[in-house]
Amino acid sequence: MNKENIITIDNKQFTFETGETILEVAQKNNIFIPTLCHLKGAIPTGACRVCVVEVKGARDIVPSCSTPAAPGMLVRSESPTVIKARRNIIQLMLASGNHNCAIRDFEPDDWTSFHLKVLKDDNYNELCPAWGDCRLQDLAYRYQVTTKAIPLSASDYPMETVNPFIIRDFSRCILCGRCVQACREIQVNNAIDFGYRGTKAKIVAGTDVSLKDSDCVFCGECVQVCPVAALVPKETFANKKRFSKTEKTRTTCSYCGVGCQIELSVQNNKIVQINGADAEPNHGSLCVKGRYGYDFVASKNRLTTPLVRKDGNLEEATWDEALNLVATRFTDIKAKYGSDSMGVLTSARVTSEENYIAQKFARAVLKTNNIDHCARL
Amino acid sequence: MTNTIADIETADVILVTGSNTTENHPVLSTFIKRATLKGKTLIVIDPRKIKLTEYAKKWLRPNLGTDIAWINGLMHVIIEEDLYDKEFIQNRTEGFEQIKETIKKYTPAHVEGITGIPASDIIETARLFAKADKASICYCMGITQHTCGTDNVKSLANLSMLCGHLGKAGGGVNPLRGQNNVQGACDMGGLPNVFTAYQKVDDPGVIKKYETVWGVTGLSNKPGLPVTEMIHKAEKGDFKSLYIIGENPLVSDPDLNHAEKAFKNLDFLVVQDIFLTETAQIADVVLPAFCFAEKNGTFSNTERRVQRVRKAVEAPGFAREDWEITCKIATRMGIPMHYANAGEIFEEIRKVTPSYAGITWNRIENGGIHWPCPTVDHPGTPILHTAQFTRGKGLFHAIEHQPPAELPDAEYPFMLTTGRILYHYHTGSMTMKSEGLNRMSPECFVEISPNDAARLDMSNGETVDVFSRRGKIKAKLAISSKAVDGTIFIPFHFAQAAANRLTNAKLDPVSKIPELKVCAITIQKAA
Repeated sequence: MNKENIITIDNKQFTFETGETILEVAQKNNIFIPTLCHLKGAIPTGACRVCVVEVKGARDIVPSCSTPAAPGMLVRSESPTVIKARRNIIQLMLASGNHNCAIRDFEPDDWTSFHLKVLKDDNYNELCPAWGDCRLQDLAYRYQVTTKAIPLSASDYPMETVNPFIIRDFSRCILCGRCVQACREIQVNNAIDFGYRGTKAKIVAGTDVSLKDSDCVFCGECVQVCPVAALVPKETFANKKRFSKTEKTRTTCSYCGVGCQIELSVQNNKIVQINGADAEPNHGSLCVKGRYGYDFVASKNRLTTPLVRKDGNLEEATWDEALNLVATRFTDIKAKYGSDSMGVLTSARVTSEENYIAQKFARAVLKTNNIDHCARL
Repeated sequence: MTNTIADIETADVILVTGSNTTENHPVLSTFIKRATLKGKTLIVIDPRKIKLTEYAKKWLRPNLGTDIAWINGLMHVIIEEDLYDKEFIQNRTEGFEQIKETIKKYTPAHVEGITGIPASDIIETARLFAKADKASICYCMGITQHTCGTDNVKSLANLSMLCGHLGKAGGGVNPLRGQNNVQGACDMGGLPNVFTAYQKVDDPGVIKKYETVWGVTGLSNKPGLPVTEMIHKAEKGDFKSLYIIGENPLVSDPDLNHAEKAFKNLDFLVVQDIFLTETAQIADVVLPAFCFAEKNGTFSNTERRVQRVRKAVEAPGFAREDWEITCKIATRMGIPMHYANAGEIFEEIRKVTPSYAGITWNRIENGGIHWPCPTVDHPGTPILHTAQFTRGKGLFHAIEHQPPAELPDAEYPFMLTTGRILYHYHTGSMTMKSEGLNRMSPECFVEISPNDAARLDMSNGETVDVFSRRGKIKAKLAISSKAVDGTIFIPFHFAQAAANRLTNAKLDPVSKIPELKVCAITIQKAA
């Protein structure tokens, strides 16, 4: 490390590696700088400017996500100038679309009474699906931004709901570009991009077609990184209860062999959402099956009781009846035809512990090495 | 995989063959695609014009079942142009002189004749691969599901060793494993010839160890049968019972009409699953099990990383955990098997499995560890063969091209190749319960090239009958630029139009893998 690589943020000195941005140094040292467009793993664009900081000697405040730290730099992360700039930025974003979580439409209300009103009635008229889980809302609250003085602008573009997985609500899009970066720089599917100009600007799929008619493969990376409610999973509308208790469990995806780390959100014993966990090997990325293919878990067609064939038909049985039958028939066949007339097919789908038990059963109980699974299929 | 998933992104050249990565390993494909954004070179060698070809600098399109020929062809050029890694060959390998002889006749022109790949492409690709500082090979079932599957894999290992691309970051020979825990099932001895960690069943020392830990005597030292041979014996009436856990061979196995007969011929069939699959429907006893979200345990991924699986929801009805059901059957058969939980089973695994001995559930609480990990202070092994190969020196295998077991003829003029698609998984017992996935991919299709469709006077979406010597299915035609003339692709997911009614059950003599990637078929307008 270069000895001169020392930067001062809020009167504290920190070392940094050449090439690190002010934001990276701050994040490493637990100094809060708000971000909206910044996306880990993608090239910083400095588009939203909410991460601005004051640098001594600079002509203007600078975006910390795209400004490299320099030796001797003096940074103020939340000076009055910075706060004023952030307020302005957030106010403009709130005004740019249908962000009714601000207190704008409720003249006599303050934040607290607005919150209470929303909490009282989950079906509040046009309540945003990201309410309570929105980075813009968090920042509006943190910086106490009001939008009363600014006129509301409506979106020219209707909501897109024609695919089975993702709802695109252009009225809530703040054009931060995170979805575009996720699609082009992280997943490299190149399905979406910025389209049109000025007030007509919009995130477009292909030649401005619906996602299902574009190159989109519904990996959902864009939904996971959207800081507002411009991109939401369809299930959020169908299943997820906003204020119900949600338990989150980190586990491993059960589809292909990549072993993506996933976070299951569960309400009332039902999976209501799956997100990629920011860990090896997938760092938050998932595919369409891993993210949206979980209906089978709560499927009505799940087997719930043992079945035993009687007079040609499979009929419900107790565990005792089924297990005794299996143990008796296996014992008889082993005695009559020998161990090597029997086999076990274990599974590439069950856990390693269960595979271990299956081969132990074949070898120690049936006394045969006739054990295999579908590794070749 | 010899290397890790993240490691692929650090290679200078990535050679992908027999893997439709964006559909079958979508998240892994992001590492490959990102590498191309950073200017790294991607080479795709695949008969279909898969999505990944759009990111590739070179796409070579071999005839089905000619992999050994193009691999030997690349090696021929690399040797001829003196581009091979002499130091690596000298220090780390043996058998080089023998393959040098074999490879002599695989000139680019000769290889073009077998594979259909232009000689100039063979030469250019050989140079790209050999001159790279670090080159990674990624392959999948397009390489292995052939009667010469084992030889295909050995040939890729030859190619990598020749250029010294093994045992280092950004290199390696990397099979992409298709199922969440296929690596774990193999590691745990779910194979007929090995116990856990690939310890041979005919090794007296290993048997002794297992008998001591398990408290039993009389373990068999005779290697067992792979599933493909169990089925064969069952058909002849020489095999009496099968206990199937979480598999659906009546959709996934080759030559289903035969397989069906064989399974029905068993005296006693037990199926343990989460759904009443096609296989469960013909069972004598069906046992309801837990799915992944309902249990604790571990899966080992394609890069040998042992990762935790955690319970998030309660299972429905009277379903039980797979291990618990198996233990109860064992106990009722007079061999008591009792564990308090899956963690206790893992502790037993550690005792008998050298490569897992150093892994504990505590150590992998926040992130998995790559085996081999022999001791609790060992960090795990992200990259294999860095100092030496498992057998010491890497052995070159001299391998000749071998044609597929069944080739097109006048009666069955097309080649069929099968595989998966993005929106479904294996036999569909899970993905076909999802309305969204079904909407994106509702039914089977027969992918054909525009030329072939025009020649047969068939149009997109029309229903066609597809025949092989073994069976017949009916599905809709999908005219696609992905398809190569003379070759038809059908996904095998759909029981309604199961591609495996058509496939050939001819096996690789060593690995016993069926040749699911090539057989001869004919196609007609639906009767």
